[in-house]
Amino acid sequence: MIGLMEWLASTRGSIALHESLYVYPLVESIHVLTLTVFVGLAVMLDLRLLGLALKRVPVSEVLGRLLPWEKAGFAVMIVTGALLFYAIPVRTYQSIFFRAKMLMLLVAGMNVWLFHSRVERRIAEWDVAPVAPRAARVAAVVSLVLWAGIVVAGRMIAYNWFDCDIQPQPAVVNWAAGCVVPPR
Amino acid sequence: MDSWLPFFQWCEATALGHGIKQSPWLFPVIEAVHLLGLSALGGTLLVVDLRMLGAGLRTRPIAELAQDVRPWLVGSLAVMILTGTALFLSESVKCYYSQAFWVKITTIPIAALFTLTVRQRVATRAGMDATVSTRLAAIVSVVLWFTVAAAGRWIGFS
Repeated sequence: MIGLMEWLASTRGSIALHESLYVYPLVESIHVLTLTVFVGLAVMLDLRLLGLALKRVPVSEVLGRLLPWEKAGFAVMIVTGALLFYAIPVRTYQSIFFRAKMLMLLVAGMNVWLFHSRVERRIAEWDVAPVAPRAARVAAVVSLVLWAGIVVAGRMIAYNWFDCDIQPQPAVVNWAAGCVVPPR
Repeated sequence: MDSWLPFFQWCEATALGHGIKQSPWLFPVIEAVHLLGLSALGGTLLVVDLRMLGAGLRTRPIAELAQDVRPWLVGSLAVMILTGTALFLSESVKCYYSQAFWVKITTIPIAALFTLTVRQRVATRAGMDATVSTRLAAIVSVVLWFTVAAAGRWIGFS
């Protein structure tokens, strides 16, 4: 895998992006500002399920009307996020924050899938209730916690505290980041 | 604007500013909370702005929606101002020399005032349909807050 990352880092596009004066900051800014659309509207939906906002709006309404914006926001996040990774592949791949972020993204995706396949199927029974049933509220809390964790972990990728080239690190950090440390 | 420099230096010398600057992890943590606030504030603003543009939660009255999310709007704005002030105190002198900072700091009061007065009034008086005035208020709101957020991100690049 690390070999693939090194090859990725050696491609012209990656080097150009990495060394660009304005394109990289621009892509990063788009990634951060799109948080308002993607995470912001997800928070609104979660607050609705918890009965903490938009209580008078049917849940199906919030889902149906905001989901297209969510999908668009997510697409922008994925494209800009992939470009940011492409610009600095080796270091990002070995960042514990990046790895934690990907793990949380996976769980968040599973949470969405579970919500849609299980909880949302019986939405007709509680669509207009100001507070959604327990299963939906659990999904909302899990979503809020995970997206907050993803935002924080994403921001922390920028800091080099646990980078592989800063040694010694605790063994657990080197293991989690997949650092190759020569034996002393 | 030269006369402001001593004030910015004083800000950075405050206990809070100094403490954050000395800590290796306080700035990143406060910054992360600032980003969480950005997400929440963005959501509460967008839900109403989209509605005023005639998109999003179209089947609900504009006034009802604006009233519903107002506590979250005010709450997330408070988080932004608190964490933003802490971040500023830790690097005031850098901010003083940053154009992006001056753009941000002059746009924030305009955006906040516009949202809490003009947009609020337009939303309260609006009915079910998006009109020229609701659309105009929404566009001004999005442009103002976008300027604040983009300038904020750009402080980090300078």
